[in-house]
Amino acid sequence: MRVGPTLAEDFPDLSQMQIAREIHWRRWLAAAAIVVVLAAIARAFAAGQIEWSYVSRFLTAKVILEGIVNTMVMAVFAMALGIILGVVVAIMRLSPNPVLKSVAAGYTWLFRGTPLILQLLLWFNLALVFPTIGVPGLWTARAVDVMTPFLAALLGLGINQGAYTSEVMRAGMLSVDAGQYEAAQAIGMGRLRALRRIILPQAMRVVIPPLGNEFIGMVKATSLASVIQYPEVLHNAENIYYANSRVIELLIVAGCWYLLVVSILTPLQMLLERRFARGTARINR
Amino acid sequence: MTKPLVAIRSVSKAFGEFQALKNVSLDVWPGEVLCLIGASGSGKTTLLRCVNQLTVIDSGGIWLDGELLGVREERGKLRRLTERQIARQRLKTGMVFQRFNLFPHKTALENITEGPVQVQGRPPDEVRAEATELLRRVGLATKADSYPSQLSGGQQQRVAIARALAMKPMLMLFDEPTSALDPELVGEVLSVMKELAQSGMTMMVVTHELGFAREVADRVVYMDHGVILESGRAADVLGAPREARTQAFLAAVI
Repeated sequence: MRVGPTLAEDFPDLSQMQIAREIHWRRWLAAAAIVVVLAAIARAFAAGQIEWSYVSRFLTAKVILEGIVNTMVMAVFAMALGIILGVVVAIMRLSPNPVLKSVAAGYTWLFRGTPLILQLLLWFNLALVFPTIGVPGLWTARAVDVMTPFLAALLGLGINQGAYTSEVMRAGMLSVDAGQYEAAQAIGMGRLRALRRIILPQAMRVVIPPLGNEFIGMVKATSLASVIQYPEVLHNAENIYYANSRVIELLIVAGCWYLLVVSILTPLQMLLERRFARGTARINR
Repeated sequence: MTKPLVAIRSVSKAFGEFQALKNVSLDVWPGEVLCLIGASGSGKTTLLRCVNQLTVIDSGGIWLDGELLGVREERGKLRRLTERQIARQRLKTGMVFQRFNLFPHKTALENITEGPVQVQGRPPDEVRAEATELLRRVGLATKADSYPSQLSGGQQQRVAIARALAMKPMLMLFDEPTSALDPELVGEVLSVMKELAQSGMTMMVVTHELGFAREVADRVVYMDHGVILESGRAADVLGAPREARTQAFLAAVI
């Protein structure tokens, strides 16, 4: 093979040429077809028996606004309860203690294995099992007074959520390199301190996307609490249409609010993700 | 008469069928730098990990500074110590891992201060000043606020050494500290370890860096299939090994 001091000839100079823009005919066609279909659906709804004036009137009605506030309050509290339970149960599940392990597995089995609506009804009707509750000699109360729709919904949604969140948390903790736990032990940390200071902060990075997902699910799951009289937005919408028979209009109102809330939550999740991505190469480079 | 800082007596350890350590006994004296060499699977890393109880031994005993590790004698029986007691015993040793294991969500300085502040409960201001001094000692004074992902492997390992030193251990354990490094970064870590050895720190070093062993180690221990095959002054073991298998290993490594 001969190696010359200069570059070989016969290769054209491409340095001044640009790559031409493609016109994607098929994409344009597909987009046009979709627009036509959507327009047809919109027209059908516009011509259908929906009184849109009712939708706009009830969208900001006081009862509906109270409903969406109640929905958010319940979603936040139940999710908080779910996360606390989830972390505790995940730690128990990964502990070397067989008793803690079994209790955690049993909890997940029970509350993941039965429908959420059934659990809500059970909590709400707890008074049928225990007419009075309390600590003997210290404090007792009638269960019907204690088990309000709010408390029943909170316990039902939160405890159910905990069962799912524990699995998310467990996955997050398992995703952290075993060397991290050893390094924590090597500087004299016990199991719980290592979990709190070293493992969980790193697990958070992994669990926030699925937790965001779970929270969005929770916002919508609160609608199930309508069956136990918790005044969330769907329940209040139902009460209105029982009176004025504008069923579809009020369901659309409730749907709009759910969509709005979920649309706001998505960018919030991204902010949280960035906060916990501290120290990873992606944001620092 | 001085006593050994570490006394390992008849220690055995199996992982399932695999016998990692077979009846190993060894003393490490205060101020001594001991290098453990041998092929992978020879038990040298396991022995090191047993000294700070990341691996729990099956039988035998290890004494650190006169204190029996992991168990206590009670009416003729051995009872395991609680997790808290084991954590307290670990404070006497500092560990440097092959893969650094820095905490990625904490800066270099926070990695160093974590143990003294959180575990030993010392005042943060005082610890921060000491940590800054340690970073200067390992040549990383300007990297205090860098996250591990922003540091090279050699820099990360030097932070890891500083993190271990911050606990003021009486014994430093190094588990192949340069094996995960690019060749051009090995020197900076070894020179920090050399400086540490010269300061009088007692060190147990599992390493493949025979040059370091020859230059710095007071004693070299060659392990093979879970036993100590040969041990002696670095110049003797590395220069004129008695055992055929030591000779074969050295010929293969160099």
